[in-house]
Order: sequence, then C-alpha cells, then structure tokens
Amino acid sequence: MNGPAETTSGARAVVPAVGRARAPRRLGNWGHRNARWLFPAPAVLLVAAIIVYPIVYTVWMSLQDWFASSLTLPKFIGLANYRKILVGDPRFREAVVRTLYFTGLVIAGETVLGVAMALLFNREFWGRGLLRTLAILPMVATPVAIGLVFVMMYHPTLGVANYLVTLIGLAPFKWTYSSGTALYALAVVDIWQWTPLIMLIALAGLASLPQEPYEAARIDGATSLQAFWHITLPLLRPAIVVAVLFRAIDAIKTFDIIFIMTQGGPANSTETINILLFNQAFSYFNMGYASSMAVALFAVVMGASLILIKLRRTAAW
Amino acid sequence: MVSRGRRRTWARTAGFYGLAALFMLPTVFVFYWMITLSVKPQVEATAFPPSFFRFSVTTAGYREVFTKYPFLLYTWNSLVVALGCTALGLAVGLPAAYSIARWRQRRLALTILVARIIPGISYLIPWYIFFRHLRLVDTHAALILTHLIVGLPIIIWVMIGFFEDVPPDLEDAALIDGCSYLGVFWRVALPLVRPGVVATGILSFVFSWNNFLFSVILAGRQTRTLPIAVFNMISYEEINWGTLAAAATMITLPVLVLALIVQRHIVTGLTFGAVKQ
Repeated sequence: MNGPAETTSGARAVVPAVGRARAPRRLGNWGHRNARWLFPAPAVLLVAAIIVYPIVYTVWMSLQDWFASSLTLPKFIGLANYRKILVGDPRFREAVVRTLYFTGLVIAGETVLGVAMALLFNREFWGRGLLRTLAILPMVATPVAIGLVFVMMYHPTLGVANYLVTLIGLAPFKWTYSSGTALYALAVVDIWQWTPLIMLIALAGLASLPQEPYEAARIDGATSLQAFWHITLPLLRPAIVVAVLFRAIDAIKTFDIIFIMTQGGPANSTETINILLFNQAFSYFNMGYASSMAVALFAVVMGASLILIKLRRTAAW
Repeated sequence: MVSRGRRRTWARTAGFYGLAALFMLPTVFVFYWMITLSVKPQVEATAFPPSFFRFSVTTAGYREVFTKYPFLLYTWNSLVVALGCTALGLAVGLPAAYSIARWRQRRLALTILVARIIPGISYLIPWYIFFRHLRLVDTHAALILTHLIVGLPIIIWVMIGFFEDVPPDLEDAALIDGCSYLGVFWRVALPLVRPGVVATGILSFVFSWNNFLFSVILAGRQTRTLPIAVFNMISYEEINWGTLAAAATMITLPVLVLALIVQRHIVTGLTFGAVKQ
C-alpha cells in the first residue's frame, strides 16, 4: 500500500520534534490523556444527531395520530398504529409478504449465480483483471440511470428485452407493465446489479481455502465432484453466509429501483414495505402511521444485522 | 495421443471463455445499450427490431438535455452536495477511524456500522419534519448532512483498515519525541494513509452522487440533484429515448470512471472490511 518513499517522508516529519520543548505535552495534558475519546467525538456527536435523534423521534411519532398536511396537532393514541399494522391493514400485510418474497427471490438468484461464477472464475486466466473491473460497474452505477435503461429495455412493444426473448423462442412478456410479472422484472434488475458482489465475496473466500484437504482427498481417490461437495462447499459456507446476510439486509431495504421503475404499481403488485411507507408518509402525510411501519421495518433489519454481527464475531473474517 | 490431449485442453479453454462471456454479457450489454441509445436518433432508438451495431450517430440527445433542462444547475447541486458530504465526512471520519484503529474501539466501530444498516427510510420522516421546521428543506446543508449517513460509515470502516497498517513503532517514536496525539495523527499517520484517503473520498463522493432516497424528499426546486432531475424526466411520456439515455449516460459515466480508479477498495467499502482484496 505505502511506497518506501512515503514511509521515509513520514519519518522525516517526526525528526524536528526532537529538539522542541516538552511544553505542548504539559499544556495539552488533559487532551493527551483523553485523546481516545476526543478523536472520535465529532463523528459520534454527528451520528447521534442525525441518527439517534430521528430514531427516538420516529418511535415517539409512531404513538401519535398526525397528518402533516393538516393543521391539527399530533394526538397520542398509544399502540393503536401498531395494532393496525399487525391486524387491521391487509395492504401492509401484503407488503410484508411481498418484501420477503422479493428478498428471497433476489438472494436465491444472486447466491446461486454468484457462487457459480466464483467457482468458474477461481483460476488464473487471461482477462481476470478485466472481469473484476466489469463486475464492479453494476454495483456503483447510479440507480436512477440503471432504472431508466431497464424501463426502456422492458418496454412491451419497443423494448430490446422482448426482442431478445423472442430470439430464443419465448413469447414476449409485459415485464414491469403487468402486475403478474412486475415483481420478477424488478428482481432481475436487482440480480443484475448485485450478483457480482456475491461473486467477489465468494472469490475472496475461495482464494483463502487451504490446499491440504484437496491433496488428502486426491490421495484417497475422491472425484472432483466429491471434493467440491465435501470440501469446497463446507469451507466456503462462512463466506457465503456473510454474503447472503449482507445482501438480505440491503434487499429488504430496496427502494430506488422499485420507486424509479414502478412506484409500487401496477395495481400495487410491487408495493413493498418501503414503498408503502414512503407513500403513506410523503403522499398522504400520514406521519404517525408511517412511523409505526418504519419502526417495524427497523426491527426486522436490526434483527438480521444482529445475526450478522454475531456471525462476524464467531467467524472472525 | 498428444494431439488429442492438446485438442481437449483447447476445447476446455474455449468452453471456459464461452461460459465467461455468457456470464458477463448482461453486465456489458446494459451499459452498451445505454450508451448506444444515447447517440441514436429517435427513429432508430425506438425501432423494432432494434439495431445492435449499425445505426447513425447523433448528439441531439445530449444537446436536448442541456437546452431543455437546467442540467448545469443540477450538476452543480450534485457536485456541491457530494463534495460537501465527502469533506465533512473525511473531517470527522478520519480522526474517528484513527482512534478506532489505534485504541481498538470495536464497540464504537459496530455502532458506526449500525448507522449504515438502519433503513434510510426510517430517518426520513423525522428529518423531513425537522428540516421543514428549521426551513432547511431545499438547502444544500440538509442534503449534505443527510448524505453523511451514506458516506461516513464507509469512510470510517475502510480507513480503519488503512490506519491499522501504520507501523505502531513509528507512532510511538513520535510520541516519545514529544509529539501530541494530534501531531502523530496529522504528521505521521495521515501522510502514510494518503492513498486510503483518496480512495474513501472517492467512494463517499460516488455514494452521495448516486443517492436518491434522501434527495427526493429533501431537495427542492433550487437544490435538485441529478438523480432526482433524471427521475423527473421519466414522467414526461413523450420524451425522446435518446434524451433519456443521454441523461442516464451523463449521470453515471463520471461515477463509473471514478469507480475504476478505486476498484480495489470498492468491495472492501461495500462489505465494510469483510472482504479485502
């Protein structure tokens, strides 16, 4: 990472300090002793201000009945909003199922494809660098631009997607323009975008596998399929689990692509929790109710993350 | 015998590259399609069956983006917000990352990670109410502050790795020589991690530039960033596909170029140090 030239310049910067008096040390004694708290303090305060305060506020808001568009003040209604999302609102329940279904769909697709690609590309070959470069592009491309291009490609009569589909002998689809296929069409975009991440994580996992088990297996006469099933997959599992959890946490939160391409339609067929929450809050200004959904979503994602952090501690990657 | 063996390896190599091309084709195709659409005249952009390689080239789409929309204002907004968010993120994030690396503050690191994990949409309601109250909706300040949620955790988590690589002997020597911790941080550690600062700065810039969710609510007429402006273009039904594709290309191409510069650090940034390359 650091060239030798930089190391010497870093060392040189220290040298003049030798001749200097010890005064600054005494003057900044308190600061010196508390440096470990002072250094991160600005970041911690900033994070607290932009995160902790909003979360507390959201929880408080979720106990109120309040339309931001009206002139009435928030009214405290206790847990009524939560009762409504749990038993009283079929639309929210459908959104939960849809969110989980979408998450499961993209995770399954990305994991299978990503691991398969990692196994294929885990070797020395000409163009390896190019492949890694290409893999990064979908992950960093601006979501609006990606959504826009897919909207044009998915166009039922003019889009290139239907042309390609008919080329391989299938009937054309309506993609995001029909409630039967819209969620799948969106899943394809997510899979297109994030399969490379799983592939790169799995490749890193494969690169760190020990060689001894394979040698032992070869001596024992195991076939390469057996070696793959009994050695590679179990050893790779921690990396795959981590990749899946990372993606799961983000997939539950998917907003940009859905909002840009379908905004929850057609006929609510792509309305996930995020989209429903967004519309409740910023189309109907039903802030109290939307806040209770935000708390519910927050709880789900935090649950998944706690598992991840726990795994991180035990797996020590 | 020999020739048959050689033929078999040749076939395997061809098969491998064929499979590799098949897997990578979708990635390449989407970008290829975006760029070719952006230079096609309207008649050819919406032609069916579409033309993949033979088409005429025009800059009409690009010209229309600038003449029909205040695209320069949006670009300026995006630049101000992304640069402001990155500068603020580095200013507070670098000392925090240094501290976490030097004093092994694991718990602090995990707390920062939580900021990245919480669904962004659950901040949005209080922010909206709060910024509306302070009359900060439609200001760059509100966007810069909220984009920090995206940039700061990445800056801190990637920089922890860089600061951990600084040899402790060097820092201890400076401390013995009477240097304060601030001096050690500023004159010893920071110069050594300069490549990391550049990489995380670019990462933070890219993720702020791409951000849609926060800007769509908190940006107004004057501060609209590029993603919101381009999203609003979709709603006009009769718009040229060439113009749409030109806007998409222009907004994402700078990001792709920047990403290529720091590609080694992107996966580290996206996985919060879980995967180092």
